Amino acid sequence: MAKARVKVPKTAKAGDVITIKTLIKHKMESGNRKDKKTGKKIPRHIIDKFTAKYNGEVFFSSDWEGGVSANPYCAFTCKVDKSGDFEFVWHDEKGEEYKATAKITVG
Amino acid sequence: MSRKGKNMTTGGGKLAAVAAGFLLAAGFVAGLSTPASACEECKGKYEVEGRKSGYLFSNPETRAIQDDDFANGGMLWVEKGAELWNKVDGKAGKSCASCHGDAEESMKGVYTVYPKYVQELGKLENLEQRINRCREANMGAKAWKWESDDLLAMTTYIGYLSRGMPMNVKIDGPAAPFFEKGKEEYFKRRGQLDMACKHCHYDHAGQYIRADLISEGRGGGAFPAYRLKWQKIGSLHRRFKGCNKQIRAQPYKAGSDEYVNLELFVKWRSRGLPVEVPAVRR
Repeated sequence: MAKARVKVPKTAKAGDVITIKTLIKHKMESGNRKDKKTGKKIPRHIIDKFTAKYNGEVFFSSDWEGGVSANPYCAFTCKVDKSGDFEFVWHDEKGEEYKATAKITVG
Repeated sequence: MSRKGKNMTTGGGKLAAVAAGFLLAAGFVAGLSTPASACEECKGKYEVEGRKSGYLFSNPETRAIQDDDFANGGMLWVEKGAELWNKVDGKAGKSCASCHGDAEESMKGVYTVYPKYVQELGKLENLEQRINRCREANMGAKAWKWESDDLLAMTTYIGYLSRGMPMNVKIDGPAAPFFEKGKEEYFKRRGQLDMACKHCHYDHAGQYIRADLISEGRGGGAFPAYRLKWQKIGSLHRRFKGCNKQIRAQPYKAGSDEYVNLELFVKWRSRGLPVEVPAVRR
């Protein structure tokens, strides 16, 4: 169900600080809501870790908890000095991983 | 007490009793500038002949999400709708594209004229119902359930293709009696609180209910909108239901004649305002 979108500038100058935007479709079920019909709690199902890698090196990561909204949007910056690949990984509590990649040319 | 509090209590009857509960909150927020006055440059786009879109009643932060297609969660449904457009479904082995071709051409402006009168049905039909009628009659597919992800995605996608175009529903000719019914609904007192749509969105638009600024109720070009409260896209009828529950009235069913008539009236109230689908609201 998860569908990831990332926005990374295609080109940048060496030493530039670029802004990266990410958004993933995920219900982020907090575990506190009840099913209106049965009255039972809907089990928690959230993304608990997000990591961003640049040329294989983790430069940004964050742990998410139950209070994060559905379809979480996360924007952050990165200083780039050479061309390379970005890799973004959303780790789901149930062990699933959603990945997205992007390329940047630094000239 | 604040100006707002005073105005509210002059509303008379039961509204005054309701308003009393809000007085304390109203007093606190009266000193703040309204978001509606904060954005002079976007007024031209979202205000037509004095009619203001709900956009102007949103917080700057909420507006920023709507203005950025990337951050706008509603775009996820637009993408899904675009996929569904080309997906073959049903016994006839057709997709939407089989008949309508390129949606970007064939569906441009379609959103702005719904709901409209359909002679075969002898009543109004809104966009969701039109999509489902097409699915059943031409594709031999099952109608999508109201508020299902698929129906929302398709409606949002078609709305998105008319983005920026002015709302332009027809209220004359055979649609006239239905328009009158919708208008009646808008001014009809309902529920335990004995309030009509007009008590908030007509008489007290631009004032606060607790921390919330009341819009003019011109949601015509905005829905299906991504509501932060819902954390997803939702239809105008879902919003109607929410409003009805808040005045402690029994909501009508989504897609009921009452709501479709009301939808026509609300969209007429939004005439000339740009289509914002997928708008972002609190």
